[in-house]
Amino acid sequence: MNGDERRAIDDLISDYAEFIDSDRLEDWLDFFVEDCIYKIIPKENVDQGLPLTLMLCENKNMLRDRIASLREANIYNIHTDRHIVSGIRVHGKTNGAYDVTANYAVFQTNQEGATRVFSVGVYHDKIVFDGGVPKFKEKVVIVDTAAIPTLLSTPL
Amino acid sequence: MTTNEPRMTWPAADFTRIPLAAYHDSELYEREQELIFRGPTWNYLALEAEIPKPGDYRTVFVGDTPVLVNRGTDGTLHAMVNRCAHRGATVRREMYGNAKSHTCCYHQWCYDLRGDLIGVPYRHGVKGKGGLPDDFDYADHSLHKLRVESYRGVIFGTFSEDAEPLVEYLDAPVTEHLDRLMHKPLRILGYQRQQIFGNWKLYTDNVRDPNHGGLLHMFQIKYGLARLSQWGGAKLDKRQRHNISYTSEDTTMLVGKEEYDEMERGDTSLQLADPSLLHYRDEYPDEITLSILSIFPNCVFHQISNSLATRQIRTRGPDEFELFWTYYGYADDDESMTNHRLRQANMAGPGGYISMEDGEAIEIAHRAGGAEKDVHSVVEIGGRGKVTDQDNLVTEAPIRGFWAYYAELMNIQPAQA
Repeated sequence: MNGDERRAIDDLISDYAEFIDSDRLEDWLDFFVEDCIYKIIPKENVDQGLPLTLMLCENKNMLRDRIASLREANIYNIHTDRHIVSGIRVHGKTNGAYDVTANYAVFQTNQEGATRVFSVGVYHDKIVFDGGVPKFKEKVVIVDTAAIPTLLSTPL
Repeated sequence: MTTNEPRMTWPAADFTRIPLAAYHDSELYEREQELIFRGPTWNYLALEAEIPKPGDYRTVFVGDTPVLVNRGTDGTLHAMVNRCAHRGATVRREMYGNAKSHTCCYHQWCYDLRGDLIGVPYRHGVKGKGGLPDDFDYADHSLHKLRVESYRGVIFGTFSEDAEPLVEYLDAPVTEHLDRLMHKPLRILGYQRQQIFGNWKLYTDNVRDPNHGGLLHMFQIKYGLARLSQWGGAKLDKRQRHNISYTSEDTTMLVGKEEYDEMERGDTSLQLADPSLLHYRDEYPDEITLSILSIFPNCVFHQISNSLATRQIRTRGPDEFELFWTYYGYADDDESMTNHRLRQANMAGPGGYISMEDGEAIEIAHRAGGAEKDVHSVVEIGGRGKVTDQDNLVTEAPIRGFWAYYAELMNIQPAQA
């Protein structure tokens, strides 16, 4: 990969986090290709070879539905998320997609201004370039924090 | 104020009033551990499918007591408090595994799969010095054992010698529903966990409250899946301590806007871009597509379309509990059916389209406090007086059944009784 692609991957991952934190979830959808997979799975299930996820979107429409439901239907704790993403590594390229991992921490702040660690884990991404623009073909969020505090509404 | 002044009042014999202090009081919480979780109740421990082979074990909780459940070398099931008889340390630290025995890492006291003490290092000391007294009897120092019974592959345990046999405790509506859910071998699909910062009884109330389903869980309303006017209801056991709330899609008895006249519902005709999430694949000989079976005191079995799971309530003081969700399908599910169940798991759990609100509902109910002794919640939807089976969803009467049995175990005498 060239330096431009590497920088574009870094920017994609930073933008992905920034768009969640600033509640631009509809625009955030544009970081995914139509034929994408997005899943959030507890590390303890991965370790036991069990497939159950906390959130599973098998295409971009299912991601759209998640966001629409958050906007229109679901009731959840009023909060602000803040992502810290670190250690972005590109491991190679498989079937035209870069295999990328990064560690993340999400802090959640409530209306009292109190902040808690909400989730810690690792992103396992497959990133493709579409007309020079990087997008997620697959994003698997493996969550160390298996015991979800309160509830999981906003994507990680 | 005298020390004998009641910390809360129970003004209604039919439990149409519940003191909010009962959700906050730490002394009451300690009594619950003793009189309910370690009392004459049967608590859900795990599924047999999770420990299919001899030596398989899982560590779980009954209330806040750590429990080790395993399968012995002869295939029998055993459960014991996961606390060393020596110094009280956690014996089995792992969440799951397979073992021939359980050894506490602190001083290497070793227990067999029945919980009996079988080894203490240097029992006789070294060269005649140290070690245990000669009259120390291993038989007096086993792990604290629970009575264990399994019904249809669902493992229950009790601390009480007086608890009635499990089948009588569950009673027919519950055993019939377990017969339905557990009608063939299971395949475990995985786990979800949720820490909720509220009292555990707000959750046992929540699952006995069909009325909130069509009011709180807006996903069902906005996407046109469910209405309170649907066919459905609640079945209770002879003591009204357990509850099965059920409904079926495609059975709306009453269609119209009038039922929500007093509410602003917004658009109730949203469409999913990918409706595959919602398809129900018929798999039972009845029309129920959603059922919430709550067994006193610590568990729930849900069927949300084709998503199936158990939920174990693990208390952590008056202000916090964990929900431990075990999702399963059937061993003979093909790949398509397994994928379908995994897809429909999107509807349940801490991030579920239909259940994420429960975490918020419990926390807002807890956060508003109410430790004053004369503040009560009102439980009159579905009527007053005797609690019976409910033939509609606009009811919260099963909550009162829970509290009547709770009060009996806790030696609480409501007024007018």
